[in-house]
Amino acid sequence: MSLAVEFQHVTKQYGSFEALKGISFEVEEGAFFGLLGPNGAGKSTLINAMSGLLVPSGGMIKVHGYDVIQDYRQTRRLLGLVPQELIADPFFTIRQLLELQSGYFGIKGKEQKQWIDELLERLALADKANAITNQLSGGMKRRVLIAMALVHKPRVLVLDEPTAGVDVDLRHTLWEFTKELHQKGHTIILTTHYLEEAEALCEKVAIMQRGEVKALDTTSQLLATHPFRYVRVAVENRNTPLSMELKKRLVEDDNAGYLFRLEKEQSMSDMLGMLHHSGIAVKDVRTRDATLEEVFMALTGAAQA
Amino acid sequence: MNNFNAAGCWALFVKEVKRFYSVSVQTIFAPVVSTLLYLLVFGQVIDTQIEVFSGLEYSQFLIPGLVMMAILQNAFANTSSSLIQSKMHGNLTFALLSPISPFEFYLAFIAASVVRGLAVGVGILLIGIFGFDLSFNSPSWILLFAVLSAAMMGGLGMLAGILSDKYDHLAAFQNFIIMPLTFLSGVFYSIHALPEIWQQASHLNPFFYMVDGFRYGFFEQSDVSIGLSLLVTLFFLTLISAINLILLNKGVKIRK
Repeated sequence: MSLAVEFQHVTKQYGSFEALKGISFEVEEGAFFGLLGPNGAGKSTLINAMSGLLVPSGGMIKVHGYDVIQDYRQTRRLLGLVPQELIADPFFTIRQLLELQSGYFGIKGKEQKQWIDELLERLALADKANAITNQLSGGMKRRVLIAMALVHKPRVLVLDEPTAGVDVDLRHTLWEFTKELHQKGHTIILTTHYLEEAEALCEKVAIMQRGEVKALDTTSQLLATHPFRYVRVAVENRNTPLSMELKKRLVEDDNAGYLFRLEKEQSMSDMLGMLHHSGIAVKDVRTRDATLEEVFMALTGAAQA
Repeated sequence: MNNFNAAGCWALFVKEVKRFYSVSVQTIFAPVVSTLLYLLVFGQVIDTQIEVFSGLEYSQFLIPGLVMMAILQNAFANTSSSLIQSKMHGNLTFALLSPISPFEFYLAFIAASVVRGLAVGVGILLIGIFGFDLSFNSPSWILLFAVLSAAMMGGLGMLAGILSDKYDHLAAFQNFIIMPLTFLSGVFYSIHALPEIWQQASHLNPFFYMVDGFRYGFFEQSDVSIGLSLLVTLFFLTLISAINLILLNKGVKIRK
Protein backbone atom coordinates (compact mmCIF):
# COMPACT_ATOMS: atom_id res chain seq x y z
CA MET A 1 0.00 0.00 0.00
CA SER A 2 1.48 3.40 -0.95
CA LEU A 3 1.54 6.32 1.42
CA ALA A 4 -0.85 9.26 1.19
CA VAL A 5 0.88 11.43 3.81
CA GLU A 6 4.25 11.18 5.57
CA PHE A 7 5.22 13.34 8.54
CA GLN A 8 8.95 13.24 9.28
CA HIS A 9 10.18 14.95 12.47
CA VAL A 10 7.84 17.90 11.98
CA THR A 11 8.39 20.76 14.42
CA LYS A 12 6.70 24.10 14.89
CA GLN A 13 8.05 26.71 17.24
CA TYR A 14 6.27 29.91 18.33
CA GLY A 15 8.96 31.78 20.24
CA SER A 16 9.86 29.49 23.13
CA PHE A 17 6.65 27.46 22.75
CA GLU A 18 6.94 24.18 20.88
CA ALA A 19 3.59 23.49 19.24
CA LEU A 20 4.91 20.39 17.42
CA LYS A 21 7.79 18.39 18.89
CA GLY A 22 9.11 16.25 16.04
CA ILE A 23 5.98 14.50 14.80
CA SER A 24 6.58 11.41 12.66
CA PHE A 25 3.94 9.04 11.30
CA GLU A 26 2.40 7.95 8.05
CA VAL A 27 -1.08 7.70 6.62
CA GLU A 28 -1.67 5.02 4.02
CA GLU A 29 -3.48 5.74 0.80
CA GLY A 30 -7.20 5.06 1.08
CA ALA A 31 -7.16 5.10 4.89
CA PHE A 32 -9.77 6.69 7.14
CA PHE A 33 -7.40 8.17 9.69
CA GLY A 34 -8.28 9.86 12.97
CA LEU A 35 -6.11 12.55 14.54
CA LEU A 36 -7.24 12.96 18.11
CA GLY A 37 -6.12 14.96 21.09
CA PRO A 38 -7.24 17.54 23.62
CA ASN A 39 -7.38 21.24 22.79
CA GLY A 40 -3.90 22.62 22.20
CA ALA A 41 -2.45 19.20 21.33
CA GLY A 42 -1.19 20.47 17.97
CA LYS A 43 -3.68 18.71 15.66
CA SER A 44 -4.70 21.81 13.71
CA THR A 45 -1.10 23.05 13.62
CA LEU A 46 -0.05 19.76 12.03
CA ILE A 47 -2.93 19.83 9.55
CA ASN A 48 -2.25 23.45 8.63
CA ALA A 49 1.43 22.67 8.08
CA MET A 50 0.41 19.85 5.76
CA SER A 51 -1.98 22.10 3.83
CA GLY A 52 0.40 25.04 3.50
CA LEU A 53 -1.49 27.37 5.83
CA LEU A 54 1.59 27.61 8.01
CA VAL A 55 5.27 26.98 7.52
CA PRO A 56 6.73 24.31 9.82
CA SER A 57 9.93 25.18 11.68
CA GLY A 58 11.56 21.85 10.83
CA GLY A 59 11.05 18.37 9.41
CA MET A 60 9.33 17.30 6.24
CA ILE A 61 5.77 16.55 5.16
CA LYS A 62 5.05 14.65 1.97
CA VAL A 63 1.73 14.10 0.23
CA HIS A 64 1.78 11.19 -2.21
CA GLY A 65 5.56 11.55 -2.28
CA TYR A 66 5.59 15.32 -2.93
CA ASP A 67 7.13 17.74 -0.44
CA VAL A 68 4.58 20.29 0.79
CA ILE A 69 7.17 23.11 0.63
CA GLN A 70 9.14 22.29 -2.53
CA ASP A 71 6.28 20.79 -4.53
CA TYR A 72 3.44 22.83 -3.08
CA ARG A 73 1.55 23.04 -6.39
CA GLN A 74 1.24 19.26 -6.55
CA THR A 75 0.44 18.78 -2.86
CA ARG A 76 -2.25 21.45 -2.86
CA ARG A 77 -3.90 19.77 -5.84
CA LEU A 78 -3.81 16.48 -3.95
CA LEU A 79 -5.18 17.89 -0.69
CA GLY A 80 -8.55 19.30 0.22
CA LEU A 81 -8.82 20.92 3.64
CA VAL A 82 -11.99 21.68 5.55
CA PRO A 83 -10.64 24.18 8.10
CA GLN A 84 -11.88 24.34 11.66
CA GLU A 85 -12.72 28.05 11.60
CA LEU A 86 -15.87 29.10 9.77
CA ILE A 87 -15.11 31.38 6.84
CA ALA A 88 -17.24 34.09 5.28
CA ASP A 89 -16.98 36.13 2.11
CA PRO A 90 -19.36 39.08 1.89
CA PHE A 91 -18.77 39.71 -1.83
CA PHE A 92 -19.57 36.44 -3.59
CA THR A 93 -22.33 33.86 -3.76
CA ILE A 94 -21.60 30.24 -2.96
CA ARG A 95 -21.63 29.25 -6.63
CA GLN A 96 -19.25 32.12 -7.48
CA LEU A 97 -16.92 31.06 -4.66
CA LEU A 98 -16.85 27.50 -5.98
CA GLU A 99 -16.18 28.73 -9.52
CA LEU A 100 -13.41 31.05 -8.34
CA GLN A 101 -11.83 28.27 -6.30
CA SER A 102 -11.95 26.00 -9.36
CA GLY A 103 -10.23 28.81 -11.28
CA TYR A 104 -7.38 28.95 -8.76
CA PHE A 105 -6.73 25.31 -9.62
CA GLY A 106 -7.03 26.03 -13.34
CA ILE A 107 -10.18 23.90 -13.66
CA LYS A 108 -13.08 25.11 -15.77
CA GLY A 109 -15.53 23.89 -18.38
CA LYS A 110 -18.82 22.04 -18.54
CA GLU A 111 -17.59 19.05 -16.55
CA GLN A 112 -16.51 21.29 -13.67
CA LYS A 113 -19.86 23.10 -13.69
CA GLN A 114 -21.55 19.70 -13.40
CA TRP A 115 -19.27 18.78 -10.49
CA ILE A 116 -20.12 22.07 -8.74
CA ASP A 117 -23.83 21.33 -9.26
CA GLU A 118 -23.32 17.85 -7.84
CA LEU A 119 -21.50 19.20 -4.80
CA LEU A 120 -24.25 21.75 -4.17
CA GLU A 121 -26.86 19.01 -4.51
CA ARG A 122 -25.06 16.45 -2.31
CA LEU A 123 -24.38 18.96 0.43
CA ALA A 124 -27.95 20.29 0.35
CA LEU A 125 -26.77 23.71 -0.79
CA ALA A 126 -28.53 23.85 -4.16
CA ASP A 127 -31.23 26.25 -2.96
CA LYS A 128 -28.55 28.50 -1.39
CA ALA A 129 -26.25 28.56 -4.43
CA ASN A 130 -26.94 32.25 -5.03
CA ALA A 131 -26.73 33.31 -1.38
CA ILE A 132 -23.63 34.89 0.11
CA THR A 133 -22.01 33.12 3.05
CA ASN A 134 -22.89 35.89 5.52
CA GLN A 135 -26.56 34.93 5.07
CA LEU A 136 -25.97 31.31 6.09
CA SER A 137 -26.19 29.45 9.39
CA GLY A 138 -23.08 27.88 10.92
CA GLY A 139 -24.03 24.44 9.63
CA MET A 140 -24.53 25.76 6.11
CA LYS A 141 -21.17 27.54 6.23
CA ARG A 142 -19.59 24.24 7.23
CA ARG A 143 -21.11 22.58 4.17
CA VAL A 144 -19.75 25.37 1.97
CA LEU A 145 -16.28 24.69 3.36
CA ILE A 146 -16.62 21.01 2.50
CA ALA A 147 -17.73 21.88 -1.04
CA MET A 148 -14.77 24.27 -1.38
CA ALA A 149 -12.38 21.54 -0.20
CA LEU A 150 -13.76 19.06 -2.74
CA VAL A 151 -14.08 21.39 -5.73
CA HIS A 152 -10.76 20.26 -7.23
CA LYS A 153 -11.44 16.55 -6.51
CA PRO A 154 -8.49 16.01 -4.13
CA ARG A 155 -7.23 12.50 -3.38
CA VAL A 156 -6.75 13.35 0.30
CA LEU A 157 -9.52 15.05 2.23
CA VAL A 158 -8.60 16.60 5.58
CA LEU A 159 -11.45 17.46 7.93
CA ASP A 160 -10.53 19.58 10.93
CA GLU A 161 -13.38 19.30 13.44
CA PRO A 162 -16.02 19.21 10.69
CA THR A 163 -18.95 18.49 13.01
CA ALA A 164 -18.21 21.14 15.64
CA GLY A 165 -21.43 23.07 16.24
CA VAL A 166 -23.35 21.05 13.68
CA ASP A 167 -26.81 19.56 14.35
CA VAL A 168 -27.43 15.81 14.38
CA ASP A 169 -29.03 15.67 10.92
CA LEU A 170 -26.19 17.48 9.24
CA ARG A 171 -23.62 15.45 11.14
CA HIS A 172 -25.25 12.28 9.83
CA THR A 173 -25.31 13.68 6.25
CA LEU A 174 -21.65 14.68 6.49
CA TRP A 175 -20.55 11.26 7.66
CA GLU A 176 -22.54 9.45 5.00
CA PHE A 177 -20.95 11.68 2.37
CA THR A 178 -17.48 11.22 3.86
CA LYS A 179 -17.90 7.44 4.01
CA GLU A 180 -18.94 7.46 0.37
CA LEU A 181 -15.81 9.44 -0.58
CA HIS A 182 -13.72 6.96 1.38
CA GLN A 183 -15.32 4.04 -0.43
CA LYS A 184 -14.45 5.73 -3.72
CA GLY A 185 -10.80 5.59 -2.70
CA HIS A 186 -10.20 9.01 -1.11
CA THR A 187 -7.88 9.13 1.88
CA ILE A 188 -9.67 10.81 4.78
CA ILE A 189 -7.89 12.46 7.70
CA LEU A 190 -10.19 13.54 10.45
CA THR A 191 -9.82 15.44 13.68
CA THR A 192 -12.81 15.40 15.95
CA HIS A 193 -13.80 15.89 19.56
CA TYR A 194 -16.59 13.33 19.11
CA LEU A 195 -14.62 10.20 19.86
CA GLU A 196 -17.53 7.87 19.18
CA GLU A 197 -17.39 9.21 15.60
CA ALA A 198 -13.69 8.48 15.35
CA GLU A 199 -14.27 4.99 16.77
CA ALA A 200 -17.03 4.28 14.27
CA LEU A 201 -15.25 5.71 11.22
CA CYS A 202 -11.48 5.59 11.61
CA GLU A 203 -9.44 2.49 10.85
CA LYS A 204 -6.31 3.99 12.38
CA VAL A 205 -5.83 6.68 14.99
CA ALA A 206 -3.03 8.94 16.24
CA ILE A 207 -3.55 10.48 19.66
CA MET A 208 -1.63 13.71 20.18
CA GLN A 209 -0.88 15.62 23.34
CA ARG A 210 1.25 18.73 23.86
CA GLY A 211 2.75 18.52 20.38
CA GLU A 212 3.66 14.83 20.55
CA VAL A 213 2.10 11.60 19.33
CA LYS A 214 1.12 9.61 22.43
CA ALA A 215 -0.33 6.63 20.59
CA LEU A 216 -0.54 5.46 16.99
CA ASP A 217 -2.31 2.26 16.04
CA THR A 218 -5.36 0.77 14.43
CA THR A 219 -8.49 1.65 16.33
CA SER A 220 -9.19 -2.02 17.12
CA GLN A 221 -5.63 -2.54 18.41
CA LEU A 222 -5.80 0.57 20.60
CA LEU A 223 -9.06 -0.69 22.09
CA ALA A 224 -7.67 -4.21 22.52
CA THR A 225 -4.53 -3.08 24.34
CA HIS A 226 -6.49 -1.02 26.86
CA PRO A 227 -5.94 -2.84 30.19
CA PHE A 228 -9.52 -2.58 31.42
CA ARG A 229 -13.02 -3.67 30.56
CA TYR A 230 -16.05 -1.97 32.06
CA VAL A 231 -18.83 -3.36 34.27
CA ARG A 232 -22.12 -1.55 34.71
CA VAL A 233 -23.88 -2.69 37.90
CA ALA A 234 -27.53 -1.90 38.69
CA VAL A 235 -28.16 -2.30 42.46
CA GLU A 236 -31.15 -2.71 44.78
CA ASN A 237 -29.89 -0.27 47.41
CA ARG A 238 -27.47 2.52 46.50
CA ASN A 239 -26.90 3.60 50.13
CA THR A 240 -24.64 0.65 50.87
CA PRO A 241 -21.03 1.95 51.17
CA LEU A 242 -18.46 0.62 48.70
CA SER A 243 -15.39 -1.26 49.84
CA MET A 244 -11.93 0.24 49.15
CA GLU A 245 -11.40 -2.26 46.31
CA LEU A 246 -14.59 -1.16 44.63
CA LYS A 247 -13.94 2.54 45.24
CA LYS A 248 -10.61 2.41 43.41
CA ARG A 249 -12.35 0.81 40.41
CA LEU A 250 -15.32 3.20 40.40
CA VAL A 251 -15.61 5.27 37.20
CA GLU A 252 -19.17 6.61 37.43
CA ASP A 253 -21.84 6.71 40.08
CA ASP A 254 -25.28 7.72 38.85
CA ASN A 255 -28.98 6.89 39.19
CA ALA A 256 -28.58 3.83 36.98
CA GLY A 257 -26.02 2.35 39.38
CA TYR A 258 -22.25 2.10 39.22
CA LEU A 259 -19.70 1.82 36.45
CA PHE A 260 -16.53 -0.02 37.46
CA ARG A 261 -13.42 -0.77 35.48
CA LEU A 262 -11.96 -4.20 35.81
CA GLU A 263 -8.50 -5.40 34.83
CA LYS A 264 -8.84 -7.68 31.82
CA GLU A 265 -7.12 -10.58 33.59
CA GLN A 266 -9.65 -10.51 36.44
CA SER A 267 -12.75 -12.67 36.08
CA MET A 268 -16.36 -11.64 36.50
CA SER A 269 -16.59 -13.87 39.58
CA ASP A 270 -13.84 -11.67 41.18
CA MET A 271 -16.03 -8.64 40.52
CA LEU A 272 -19.15 -10.31 41.85
CA GLY A 273 -17.17 -11.40 44.91
CA MET A 274 -16.14 -7.78 45.64
CA LEU A 275 -19.76 -6.65 45.30
CA HIS A 276 -20.94 -9.47 47.56
CA HIS A 277 -18.34 -8.65 50.26
CA SER A 278 -19.55 -5.04 50.28
CA GLY A 279 -23.07 -6.27 50.88
CA ILE A 280 -24.39 -4.82 47.63
CA ALA A 281 -27.54 -6.43 46.28
CA VAL A 282 -26.98 -6.74 42.55
CA LYS A 283 -29.98 -6.32 40.24
CA ASP A 284 -28.20 -6.51 36.90
CA VAL A 285 -24.65 -6.65 35.51
CA ARG A 286 -23.48 -5.73 32.01
CA THR A 287 -19.92 -5.71 30.74
CA ARG A 288 -18.38 -4.00 27.75
CA ASP A 289 -14.96 -3.29 26.28
CA ALA A 290 -13.34 0.13 26.53
CA THR A 291 -14.48 2.88 24.20
CA LEU A 292 -12.01 5.05 22.30
CA GLU A 293 -12.89 7.87 24.67
CA GLU A 294 -11.75 5.79 27.64
CA VAL A 295 -8.54 4.84 25.85
CA PHE A 296 -8.04 8.50 24.97
CA MET A 297 -8.59 9.62 28.56
CA ALA A 298 -6.22 6.98 29.88
CA LEU A 299 -3.51 8.08 27.44
CA THR A 300 -3.88 11.81 27.80
CA GLY A 301 -5.15 12.08 31.34
CA ALA A 302 -7.80 14.44 29.94
CA ALA A 303 -11.13 14.88 31.62
CA GLN A 304 -12.67 15.07 28.18
CA ALA A 305 -11.56 15.05 24.61
CA MET B 1 4.79 21.47 -12.83
CA ASN B 2 6.22 24.51 -11.07
CA ASN B 3 5.54 26.63 -14.14
CA PHE B 4 3.46 29.78 -14.06
CA ASN B 5 -0.15 29.05 -13.01
CA ALA B 6 -1.67 31.55 -15.46
CA ALA B 7 -5.23 30.27 -14.98
CA GLY B 8 -4.99 30.54 -11.20
CA CYS B 9 -3.44 34.00 -11.34
CA TRP B 10 -6.14 35.15 -13.78
CA ALA B 11 -8.91 33.73 -11.57
CA LEU B 12 -7.54 35.59 -8.55
CA PHE B 13 -7.25 38.80 -10.60
CA VAL B 14 -10.85 38.42 -11.82
CA LYS B 15 -11.97 37.81 -8.25
CA GLU B 16 -10.22 40.96 -7.04
CA VAL B 17 -11.70 43.07 -9.85
CA LYS B 18 -15.18 41.64 -9.25
CA ARG B 19 -14.76 42.35 -5.55
CA PHE B 20 -14.26 46.09 -5.97
CA TYR B 21 -16.71 46.27 -8.90
CA SER B 22 -19.45 44.76 -6.72
CA VAL B 23 -19.19 47.83 -4.48
CA SER B 24 -18.38 50.31 -7.27
CA VAL B 25 -20.35 53.16 -5.69
CA GLN B 26 -17.86 53.11 -2.85
CA THR B 27 -14.74 52.11 -4.78
CA ILE B 28 -15.08 54.07 -8.04
CA PHE B 29 -17.87 56.67 -8.04
CA ALA B 30 -17.26 58.06 -4.54
CA PRO B 31 -13.56 58.83 -5.17
CA VAL B 32 -14.44 60.39 -8.54
CA VAL B 33 -17.01 62.67 -6.91
CA SER B 34 -14.80 63.65 -3.97
CA THR B 35 -11.89 64.44 -6.34
CA LEU B 36 -14.18 66.59 -8.46
CA LEU B 37 -15.14 68.47 -5.31
CA TYR B 38 -11.47 69.28 -4.78
CA LEU B 39 -11.36 70.51 -8.35
CA LEU B 40 -14.45 72.60 -7.86
CA VAL B 41 -13.26 74.21 -4.63
CA PHE B 42 -9.56 74.72 -5.41
CA GLY B 43 -9.76 75.07 -9.18
CA GLN B 44 -12.62 77.52 -9.43
CA VAL B 45 -11.66 79.65 -6.44
CA ILE B 46 -7.94 79.97 -7.12
CA ASP B 47 -7.99 79.71 -10.91
CA THR B 48 -7.64 83.38 -11.68
CA GLN B 49 -5.08 84.13 -8.98
CA ILE B 50 -2.24 81.68 -9.74
CA GLU B 51 -0.26 80.70 -12.79
CA VAL B 52 1.89 77.67 -11.88
CA PHE B 53 3.35 76.84 -15.30
CA SER B 54 3.50 79.45 -18.06
CA GLY B 55 0.38 79.58 -20.15
CA LEU B 56 -1.56 77.22 -17.88
CA GLU B 57 -4.56 78.02 -15.74
CA TYR B 58 -4.43 76.63 -12.20
CA SER B 59 -7.33 74.23 -12.82
CA GLN B 60 -5.51 72.80 -15.86
CA PHE B 61 -2.44 72.30 -13.70
CA LEU B 62 -4.52 70.83 -10.89
CA ILE B 63 -6.46 68.15 -12.80
CA PRO B 64 -3.56 65.77 -13.59
CA GLY B 65 -2.36 66.08 -9.99
CA LEU B 66 -5.80 65.27 -8.64
CA VAL B 67 -6.16 62.35 -11.05
CA MET B 68 -2.82 60.94 -9.93
CA MET B 69 -3.70 61.46 -6.26
CA ALA B 70 -6.92 59.51 -6.78
CA ILE B 71 -5.07 56.76 -8.66
CA LEU B 72 -2.51 56.46 -5.86
CA GLN B 73 -5.04 56.43 -3.03
CA ASN B 74 -7.40 53.97 -4.70
CA ALA B 75 -4.70 51.57 -5.83
CA PHE B 76 -3.47 51.54 -2.22
CA ALA B 77 -6.99 51.09 -0.84
CA ASN B 78 -7.74 48.18 -3.15
CA THR B 79 -5.00 45.79 -2.07
CA SER B 80 -4.88 46.90 1.55
CA SER B 81 -8.63 46.66 2.20
CA SER B 82 -9.00 43.42 0.26
CA LEU B 83 -6.19 41.76 2.21
CA ILE B 84 -7.26 42.94 5.64
CA GLN B 85 -10.88 41.96 4.97
CA SER B 86 -9.79 38.55 3.69
CA LYS B 87 -7.70 38.08 6.82
CA MET B 88 -10.55 39.16 9.09
CA HIS B 89 -13.22 37.04 7.37
CA GLY B 90 -10.80 34.16 6.95
CA ASN B 91 -11.42 33.77 3.23
CA LEU B 92 -7.76 34.37 2.42
CA THR B 93 -7.49 30.68 3.34
CA PHE B 94 -9.11 29.70 0.02
CA ALA B 95 -6.34 31.32 -2.02
CA LEU B 96 -3.65 30.05 0.35
CA LEU B 97 -4.84 26.46 -0.10
CA SER B 98 -4.62 26.73 -3.87
CA PRO B 99 -1.58 26.11 -6.12
CA ILE B 100 -1.05 29.86 -6.63
CA SER B 101 2.57 30.94 -6.08
CA PRO B 102 3.52 34.05 -4.07
CA PHE B 103 4.45 35.81 -7.33
CA GLU B 104 1.11 34.94 -8.97
CA PHE B 105 -0.70 36.07 -5.83
CA TYR B 106 1.21 39.36 -5.91
CA LEU B 107 0.66 39.88 -9.63
CA ALA B 108 -3.11 39.27 -9.41
CA PHE B 109 -3.56 41.69 -6.52
CA ILE B 110 -1.39 44.39 -8.09
CA ALA B 111 -3.06 44.10 -11.50
CA ALA B 112 -6.48 44.50 -9.86
CA SER B 113 -5.29 47.57 -7.95
CA VAL B 114 -4.01 49.08 -11.23
CA VAL B 115 -7.42 48.47 -12.82
CA ARG B 116 -9.18 50.21 -9.94
CA GLY B 117 -6.72 53.11 -9.92
CA LEU B 118 -7.13 53.58 -13.67
CA ALA B 119 -10.93 53.27 -13.48
CA VAL B 120 -11.06 56.10 -10.95
CA GLY B 121 -8.49 58.15 -12.90
CA VAL B 122 -10.35 57.76 -16.19
CA GLY B 123 -13.62 58.68 -14.45
CA ILE B 124 -12.15 61.97 -13.24
CA LEU B 125 -10.53 62.73 -16.60
CA LEU B 126 -13.73 62.04 -18.51
CA ILE B 127 -15.56 64.64 -16.47
CA GLY B 128 -12.51 66.95 -16.43
CA ILE B 129 -12.23 67.18 -20.23
CA PHE B 130 -15.80 68.41 -20.49
CA GLY B 131 -15.31 71.28 -18.07
CA PHE B 132 -11.67 72.23 -18.66
CA ASP B 133 -9.29 72.74 -21.50
CA LEU B 134 -6.93 69.78 -21.03
CA SER B 135 -4.13 68.82 -23.38
CA PHE B 136 -2.76 65.28 -23.68
CA ASN B 137 0.62 65.96 -25.24
CA SER B 138 2.24 62.59 -24.46
CA PRO B 139 -0.42 59.94 -23.82
CA SER B 140 2.22 57.22 -23.50
CA TRP B 141 3.88 59.03 -20.54
CA ILE B 142 0.45 59.53 -18.98
CA LEU B 143 -0.37 55.84 -19.28
CA LEU B 144 3.09 54.68 -18.20
CA PHE B 145 3.12 56.81 -15.04
CA ALA B 146 -0.49 55.91 -14.24
CA VAL B 147 0.22 52.17 -14.47
CA LEU B 148 3.61 52.20 -12.72
CA SER B 149 2.39 54.47 -9.91
CA ALA B 150 -0.79 52.45 -9.37
CA ALA B 151 1.28 49.27 -9.29
CA MET B 152 3.67 50.80 -6.74
CA MET B 153 0.77 51.93 -4.57
CA GLY B 154 -0.96 48.58 -4.97
CA GLY B 155 2.26 47.05 -3.68
CA LEU B 156 2.37 49.47 -0.76
CA GLY B 157 -1.26 48.57 -0.01
CA MET B 158 -0.35 44.90 -0.04
CA LEU B 159 2.51 45.57 2.36
CA ALA B 160 0.15 47.43 4.70
CA GLY B 161 -2.43 44.62 4.37
CA ILE B 162 0.14 41.95 5.18
CA LEU B 163 1.55 43.78 8.20
CA SER B 164 -1.79 44.93 9.64
CA ASP B 165 -3.56 42.67 12.12
CA LYS B 166 -6.62 44.88 12.42
CA TYR B 167 -8.36 47.78 10.68
CA ASP B 168 -6.80 50.20 13.16
CA HIS B 169 -3.29 49.37 11.94
CA LEU B 170 -4.35 49.94 8.37
CA ALA B 171 -6.01 53.25 9.22
CA ALA B 172 -2.77 54.40 10.85
CA PHE B 173 -0.81 53.46 7.76
CA GLN B 174 -3.31 55.27 5.55
CA ASN B 175 -3.71 58.42 7.63
CA PHE B 176 -0.15 58.93 8.85
CA ILE B 177 1.83 57.83 5.78
CA ILE B 178 -0.21 57.70 2.60
CA MET B 179 -2.39 60.79 3.08
CA PRO B 180 0.43 63.20 4.07
CA LEU B 181 2.72 61.94 1.32
CA THR B 182 0.03 62.28 -1.37
CA PHE B 183 -1.09 65.73 -0.20
CA LEU B 184 2.51 66.94 -0.03
CA SER B 185 3.48 65.52 -3.42
CA GLY B 186 2.83 68.64 -5.48
CA VAL B 187 -0.76 67.80 -6.37
CA PHE B 188 -1.94 71.30 -5.53
CA TYR B 189 1.18 73.29 -6.28
CA SER B 190 4.50 73.32 -8.10
CA ILE B 191 7.32 72.75 -5.64
CA HIS B 192 9.04 75.82 -7.09
CA ALA B 193 6.44 77.86 -5.24
CA LEU B 194 7.75 76.47 -1.94
CA PRO B 195 10.59 77.80 0.25
CA GLU B 196 13.94 76.14 -0.47
CA ILE B 197 13.81 73.78 2.52
CA TRP B 198 10.39 72.43 1.54
CA GLN B 199 11.52 72.04 -2.05
CA GLN B 200 14.37 69.85 -0.77
CA ALA B 201 11.96 67.91 1.44
CA SER B 202 9.63 67.33 -1.52
CA HIS B 203 12.45 65.63 -3.40
CA LEU B 204 12.46 62.94 -0.69
CA ASN B 205 8.80 62.15 -1.33
CA PRO B 206 8.49 59.40 -3.98
CA PHE B 207 4.90 60.40 -4.74
CA PHE B 208 6.16 63.79 -5.95
CA TYR B 209 7.96 62.11 -8.88
CA MET B 210 4.85 60.15 -9.82
CA VAL B 211 2.68 63.26 -9.87
CA ASP B 212 5.34 65.27 -11.69
CA GLY B 213 5.96 62.60 -14.34
CA PHE B 214 2.23 62.09 -14.87
CA ARG B 215 1.71 65.85 -15.25
CA TYR B 216 4.55 65.97 -17.79
CA GLY B 217 2.49 63.69 -20.03
CA PHE B 218 -0.17 66.39 -20.21
CA PHE B 219 1.84 69.60 -20.58
CA GLU B 220 5.40 68.49 -21.26
CA GLN B 221 6.36 70.76 -18.38
CA SER B 222 7.54 69.47 -15.02
CA ASP B 223 9.43 70.38 -11.86
CA VAL B 224 12.15 67.74 -12.43
CA SER B 225 13.24 65.81 -15.52
CA ILE B 226 10.92 63.07 -16.76
CA GLY B 227 13.82 60.61 -16.72
CA LEU B 228 14.45 61.17 -13.02
CA SER B 229 10.74 60.76 -12.25
CA LEU B 230 10.63 57.49 -14.17
CA LEU B 231 13.76 56.21 -12.47
CA VAL B 232 12.46 56.99 -8.97
CA THR B 233 9.06 55.46 -9.71
CA LEU B 234 10.66 52.29 -11.09
CA PHE B 235 13.04 52.11 -8.14
CA PHE B 236 10.22 52.27 -5.58
CA LEU B 237 8.07 49.84 -7.55
CA THR B 238 10.96 47.36 -7.59
CA LEU B 239 11.74 47.91 -3.92
CA ILE B 240 8.14 47.49 -2.73
CA SER B 241 7.66 44.46 -5.00
CA ALA B 242 10.81 42.83 -3.64
CA ILE B 243 9.74 43.39 -0.02
CA ASN B 244 6.28 41.99 -0.74
CA LEU B 245 7.62 38.93 -2.51
CA ILE B 246 10.02 38.20 0.34
CA LEU B 247 7.19 38.49 2.88
CA LEU B 248 4.83 36.37 0.76
CA ASN B 249 7.48 33.72 0.19
CA LYS B 250 8.19 33.51 3.90
CA GLY B 251 4.46 33.61 4.66
CA VAL B 252 4.93 36.46 7.14
CA LYS B 253 1.59 37.21 8.88
CA ILE B 254 -0.18 35.23 6.14
CA ARG B 255 0.91 31.64 6.63
CA LYS B 256 1.26 31.65 10.39
